[in-house]
Amino acid sequence: MSGDASALELVWNADPRLISIVLLSLFVSFSAVVLAALAGLPLGAVIALTRFPGREAAIVILNALMGLPPVVVGLAVYLLLSRSGPLGSWGILFTPKAMIIAQAILVMPIIAALARQTIEDLWMEYRDEFAAMNVGPLRRIATLLWDARFSLVTTLLAGFGRAAAEVGAVIIVGGNIEGFTRTMTTAIALETSKGDLPLALGLGMVLIAIVVVVNALAWGVRRTGERLAG
Amino acid sequence: MTMRAPDSELPIVLDAVRYGVGRLTILDGISLSFNPGAPTVLIGPNGSGKTTLLRVAMGLLAPNSGRVTWGGRAQISPERRAIVFQRPAMLRRTVEANIEYALSSAGIARSEWRARTDELLKLVGLTGFGGRPARRLSGGEQQRLALARALARDPQVLFLDEPTASLDPAATKAIEDVIQAVAGRGIKVVLSTHDFGEARRLAGEIVLLHRGRVIECTPAVEFFTEPKTNEARQFVAGELLL
Repeated sequence: MSGDASALELVWNADPRLISIVLLSLFVSFSAVVLAALAGLPLGAVIALTRFPGREAAIVILNALMGLPPVVVGLAVYLLLSRSGPLGSWGILFTPKAMIIAQAILVMPIIAALARQTIEDLWMEYRDEFAAMNVGPLRRIATLLWDARFSLVTTLLAGFGRAAAEVGAVIIVGGNIEGFTRTMTTAIALETSKGDLPLALGLGMVLIAIVVVVNALAWGVRRTGERLAG
Repeated sequence: MTMRAPDSELPIVLDAVRYGVGRLTILDGISLSFNPGAPTVLIGPNGSGKTTLLRVAMGLLAPNSGRVTWGGRAQISPERRAIVFQRPAMLRRTVEANIEYALSSAGIARSEWRARTDELLKLVGLTGFGGRPARRLSGGEQQRLALARALARDPQVLFLDEPTASLDPAATKAIEDVIQAVAGRGIKVVLSTHDFGEARRLAGEIVLLHRGRVIECTPAVEFFTEPKTNEARQFVAGELLL
């Protein structure tokens, strides 16, 4: 298990190569979640609180999109951003921007679907009280978003977990360029295929630690919410 | 709590009110009026239309036909009416924040919130509970908080839908004490219950509902001593009204 020892050393000594990969991964995934939240939270709220023809179908599709295969998203974004694609003029293929877009597309349905469910459940619970207290529509939305805030933060963390752990989309649109678009997951795939197991294992440890920390945060947020707000 | 003269909301008059969902008729030509005075208690078996009647009288449901007027007016915003549902939803906030939300919704100035909140908590026996998460309260405490929230609107009429359902005797007494205190302040209370004893303890007037119709509407003393209809006699005798 000398590979394990080397991997631990890389992590322990904060190897610059490893650190730059970790930082890029966090930057890409965090940015993707912010983008996805900007689109997904309002979309989830609108679907939860409005009635329109085709709403049920929209919910089914949104739920189905939670399981989007990353490689398919990667391929679609690749086609959009490639030189001959409709957005080829942006010139961002094989850059972190492309990776952020791909991950945002992957994560957005997760955030929208979970937010829709959270807000709708709370709406069902509160709607009689809103009517009895004569609460106006804007205040209703503000109240629902505020009272669901702990669950919504958990939703965002779930999206972050999905983004941080995926490899298929970023490897296609990022190209796994060392020092530029190489993330933890793409580096693990590459280093494993090259037989450089210490770095792959080191990155794997960091990735697992991040996922654990994200889940611990989600748990902590929920528990804090329950303690403070019931 | 501010006392308001019983001028605008009362009487609440329901005239030949019908309400149904699809083919199901829930209220079948109800004509009634709720006047200032002692509490009116709606009694009747499950499915008799008590909850729907309360919601129609509150203005939360519009009848399919017939007419409801509040103080002689058909269109009036429910600012001076309040309702406590059988299973009230607690906002995911503290007890105090729940009351403040109701005060804010009723348009009460923020500068008055502190005093009003303290007064309401005292009235419902929840002094010292202000900082607790509302959803962590017991069933009886939640009902009392819901009462405080409803009273934050400084209502003239208070509708209560089975306020003591599934509560133990101590919690029931606490709620009934609040109801009596509220009624003593001149607020018209209209409540539904399955509990015959509760109806005896609280009612000034009894409305017996059965299958969406008013079977009897009389002062409570008469209802319990000289029921006029077979259904009322059955009910008073403790027989099952099916």
